[in-house]
Amino acid sequence: MSTASRPSSKPAPRTEPASQKKIRVLTLKLGLDGHDRGVKVVSRALRDAGVEVIYAGLRQTPEMAVEAAIQEDVDGIGVSILSGAHMTLIPRVLELLKERGAGDIVVFAGGIIPDDEAAELKTLGVAEIFGPGTSLATIVDFVNSRLRK
Amino acid sequence: MAVRSKTSPKDSRAGQAPKPASTISGVPVEALYTPEDLGSFRYDEKLGDPGEFPYTRGIYPSMYRGQLWTMRQFAGYGTAEETNRRYKFLLSQGQTGLSVAFDMPTLMGYDSDAPVSEGEVGRCGVAIDSLQDMEDLFAGIRLDQITTSMTINSPAAILWAMYIAVAEKQGVQPAQLGGTLQNDILKEYIAQKEYIFPPAPSMRLVVDTIVFASRHMPRWHAVSISGYHIREAGSTAVQELAFTLADGMAYVDAAIKAGLDVDEFAPRLSFFFNAHIDFFEEIAKYRAARRLWAHIMRDRYHAKNPRSWMCRFHTQTAGCSLTGQQVENNISRTAFEALSAVLGGTNSLHTNSMDEVLALPTEKAAQVALRTQQIIAHETGVTNTVDPLAGSYFVESLTDEIARGALDYFKRIDEQGGVLACIENGFFQREIADAAFRYERELEAQERIVVGVNAYQEGTRAEVPTLKIGFETERAQAKKVRALRERRDGTSVRNRLTELQAAARGQDNLMPVLIDCVKAYVTEGEIMATLKEVFGVYREPTIL
Repeated sequence: MSTASRPSSKPAPRTEPASQKKIRVLTLKLGLDGHDRGVKVVSRALRDAGVEVIYAGLRQTPEMAVEAAIQEDVDGIGVSILSGAHMTLIPRVLELLKERGAGDIVVFAGGIIPDDEAAELKTLGVAEIFGPGTSLATIVDFVNSRLRK
Repeated sequence: MAVRSKTSPKDSRAGQAPKPASTISGVPVEALYTPEDLGSFRYDEKLGDPGEFPYTRGIYPSMYRGQLWTMRQFAGYGTAEETNRRYKFLLSQGQTGLSVAFDMPTLMGYDSDAPVSEGEVGRCGVAIDSLQDMEDLFAGIRLDQITTSMTINSPAAILWAMYIAVAEKQGVQPAQLGGTLQNDILKEYIAQKEYIFPPAPSMRLVVDTIVFASRHMPRWHAVSISGYHIREAGSTAVQELAFTLADGMAYVDAAIKAGLDVDEFAPRLSFFFNAHIDFFEEIAKYRAARRLWAHIMRDRYHAKNPRSWMCRFHTQTAGCSLTGQQVENNISRTAFEALSAVLGGTNSLHTNSMDEVLALPTEKAAQVALRTQQIIAHETGVTNTVDPLAGSYFVESLTDEIARGALDYFKRIDEQGGVLACIENGFFQREIADAAFRYERELEAQERIVVGVNAYQEGTRAEVPTLKIGFETERAQAKKVRALRERRDGTSVRNRLTELQAAARGQDNLMPVLIDCVKAYVTEGEIMATLKEVFGVYREPTIL
């Protein structure tokens, strides 16, 4: 689902400055677990903050995630995973993005990810990992600062 | 009798009326409750003695004086052999029942060597592919000496068949087996999302297990109607209660439609609630649950057996209330939550480990969690008196308020055509997502405080030891299931799967053919693939 709630009804100028172009983010649940509370709350918060959010839903494979990200021409992918399969699935998302020449798409993640594994994922190229208790403002700020081209 | 006005208690310290307050679910709470709040409260109608209709005070006359609740810690990780060792440890520490946590591939009906299982095997529970794993899981544990709870839903009937087959190998008959199958598919569509088949064939599987239990396994609870996951997904206490009891009614309707008399199966229905952090709201919720269910079963379904009226339930402390920050604080949270469940008259209890917000619990953390229950049971004295909060102006008012809220939801669900209609139109999912978002906003605005999260923070997180599940588990498990496929009698496997397919297309109870399948070492993934061919798979409406 995509949301386009521009403040003005005027069509956006074709040459709008990059800084005013809406940030587009794909959010999804990677792997087999169905715990979607977090990803939904974050998606709504981003949408309320003016980000265009495409929520792809549950049980996405790395292949599905990367395909959707490229099709939707997003600036970032927000991955939620609580099943413990993050060390298998998230690196694969990064690899596939590179293979498809979309390595500039920023990947960030949330869920139950132990500190040492979070550090490892960051060295592999995940921009940020938001663990339990992260404030929505922190995530919104991150998206606004890191994904704005 | 002079009745004090409850509207504005004065406090000499500030000379101000207290600030408005509400429970964590948003139910307004006054600073003071008086007899005025109870109005025409009638003891017999609202409470009754413990063990008497409507069971508000508890389903047994003597409650914990007669017998403590079952201390049942949910556990499972890695391979069946590893989890078997954890079970033996927990039993040696005084735990009184087992509770199996399965890994994601098992919960979703895949074998450990399936491509989608990669990275998931043994990580959030134990990996079970075939009867062989189930035999290893319960090796050296006599199944007629313990009761076992199995937290599994879409493939529940298959895992249950494996348990029955393991027991048979030990010489234990199905009728001797005691335990609980979670098997609550409705809340999967509503909240936890571990559905596989569409609702209609899913309900058929549930009804088949209810019928099988009522005919052959009188000590088994075929369904544990669960609010826990609804609450974890972000619902309020009222939503948790209302949606759970509504699901309960949907199962009762389905079983009656299948030809059972209500009193044949209702005494074996059981429930599973969350123990969240708002202390009195939770106690009120449990008391309201018992009162509402008693009325539903007697007045709506005309059940005659008093045991059909009783709302028996397991409780687990709220995983979603735990914080990754300052994890030791989670011991306190869990203790308060467990105390509310005990004061609310739970029949069994799981206390979360402090580190579960980061990973599966370490043995040490799991032990502290169990000890927390033992401290409540043996040191605090709260078990001495049944329903000690009865008659409290506040607790009785809140109990009524929660019950009213649930009744209002029942009406809205009925108006939309019942539980399945509300799943399809996204009503439940939307109500829960809205509540979850509202709560998160309240945290952002500092309207609610979570210690260590939005107040009293510490700069850096201390290192916490966590349990690691290595990739060797996955490799070993995949190898084990492949070796099994080589070794077993292939003809027998093919025949059993053909029989299963025919049975699934027909109307007969699937339990006997499932038991035959698992005895031939047909794997869970093979059985589920066959059933998917017949039943199809469900895709949910995506609601943000």
